Amino acid sequence: MTGLSARFRGTVGRFALDVAFEAPARGITALFGPSGCGKTTVLRCVAGLQHMPDGHLTVGGAVWQDGRRSRPTHARPIGFVFQDASLFPHLSVRANLTYGQSRAARLGAAEVVRFDEVVALLGLEPLLDRSPQRLSGGERQRVAIGRALLSRPGLLLMDEPLSALDRFSKDEILPYLEALHGLSIPVLYVSHDVAEVERLADHLVLLDQGRVVAAGPLEQLQADPALPLARLPEAGVVLHATVADHDPDYGLTTLAFDGGVLVVPGRLGEAGTPRRARIAAADVSLTRQPPRESSILNCLPARIDGSGPRDGVMIEVVLGLGGEGRGERLLARITRRSWDALGLAVGDAVYAQVKSVALLNRNP
Amino acid sequence: MVDWQPIWLTLKLAAVTTAILLIIGTPIAWWLARSTAWWKEGVAAVVALPLVLPPTVLGFYLLLALGPYGPGGWLAALWGERSLAFTFGGLVIGSVLYSLPFVVQPIRNAFQAIGDRPLEVAATLRASPLDAFLTVALPLARPGFLTGAVLAFAHTVGEFGVVLMIGGNIPGTTKVLSVAIFDHVEALEWERAHVLAGGMLVFSFTVILIMMTLERRMGRARA
Repeated sequence: MTGLSARFRGTVGRFALDVAFEAPARGITALFGPSGCGKTTVLRCVAGLQHMPDGHLTVGGAVWQDGRRSRPTHARPIGFVFQDASLFPHLSVRANLTYGQSRAARLGAAEVVRFDEVVALLGLEPLLDRSPQRLSGGERQRVAIGRALLSRPGLLLMDEPLSALDRFSKDEILPYLEALHGLSIPVLYVSHDVAEVERLADHLVLLDQGRVVAAGPLEQLQADPALPLARLPEAGVVLHATVADHDPDYGLTTLAFDGGVLVVPGRLGEAGTPRRARIAAADVSLTRQPPRESSILNCLPARIDGSGPRDGVMIEVVLGLGGEGRGERLLARITRRSWDALGLAVGDAVYAQVKSVALLNRNP
Repeated sequence: MVDWQPIWLTLKLAAVTTAILLIIGTPIAWWLARSTAWWKEGVAAVVALPLVLPPTVLGFYLLLALGPYGPGGWLAALWGERSLAFTFGGLVIGSVLYSLPFVVQPIRNAFQAIGDRPLEVAATLRASPLDAFLTVALPLARPGFLTGAVLAFAHTVGEFGVVLMIGGNIPGTTKVLSVAIFDHVEALEWERAHVLAGGMLVFSFTVILIMMTLERRMGRARA
């Protein structure tokens, strides 16, 4: 099954949109950018809620829009989760959940998840017979996600589903969103929150002022010093690692990834469990020689792949991990003085000392 | 002694009028709430006209329209009558026009209050526009329908000027309650006027009370 290919050009009021991007058939693709960059408009165009006469959209091999000819929203097999849950106030939670399910079933759409699976996955059992008005923000959003999944979508669209929630409700919902990786349908996820994107996204479409700045796998864009992501104070990269080993004596787990291993505290699951590890650029320092006596556990051989502009106080250095520098990429932020003092240059072999590793997903 | 004929006729007229108003008022209200056409406010003004027009003015034009030389006469000719004026059918047409704003306005407001979002949600859940209208817009606009129906019914019961102009005073056909009261007063039958007028007073009070209670209860269920 092929993924999604979209191109939209036009104006909404005074806002000009001109975007083209693709999304793979599996995994979460984040539409990411500052407020007002057009990401919600793009999502609404994909859903058919907004129409750009100059546009083209193919999903899973089917043409949903070709210029002026466009499938109406109700004929597109999508699931849409709005920023505010937008549950039907006149229906119970159960009737909200089955609203799309029964209609999609009548149209003969293939089931994505069963009703009882959704109820169990999202913990909706105690809410089923209640009115949406009596739910908390987090509960409402869980029902909205369940309702979208039950409408048997071929494409799931999420418009900042966490932005209206407080910290606690966000933490309550994030594990459910991580579980969406297990679905065999593509997910488009709109967000302006870096932390959310790093935790959830596999692919990224970077938007700014109605245009696509860059698109590609998350870790690739994170480690591109030409993009604004690398210049954020909290810049860093996500490594897709798997649990390799556990040392019960010291309570440490070894995570393996392409180009090296990381040792982190805690028990992180059986061998083979996938984990997302995030390393902030500010937590990486570089040495020419492997440090011999150091409290830092993780020291990874790497090669310098490139760097950001070298005229400020700090420099973002892109590293290819592994002795040959062919593994995953890492971002290090060092001072220009250190760069000059070590006489660093692109292609040099170095050691990256990692001061801390953040694990992003708790429920893999 | 109570003369039941005008009471029965009035209730029949109000019921028929309200039913017709709900049927034709709903699409008008929907269109006024959702359309982006520039001339829509013009249509809204025409619908609202009976609010400010003296009933005798409306009645006068209706009399011409329903009479033998107007479209009403042409229509009546189809089943061998000369005119729609001074008939029960003519009275229904007049009442519908006269009470139209009382139905369209609350329903339009209710549709507008729903906003785009619930209908967009319904569309993303595979509901066709008609399906979304029936299963989302109508239930959410229920308070507006209730208000519209009660107002239309009560307004028709109380109408006088239009009826007198196009219906006259034919017992059993067009002699409704308000006309009957006027008749009794003219004939100095104060007691009979009292019975009907007092009945109207109680009726009106009950209607308003029921409406306000229902609105409050629905408002609470929604909050």
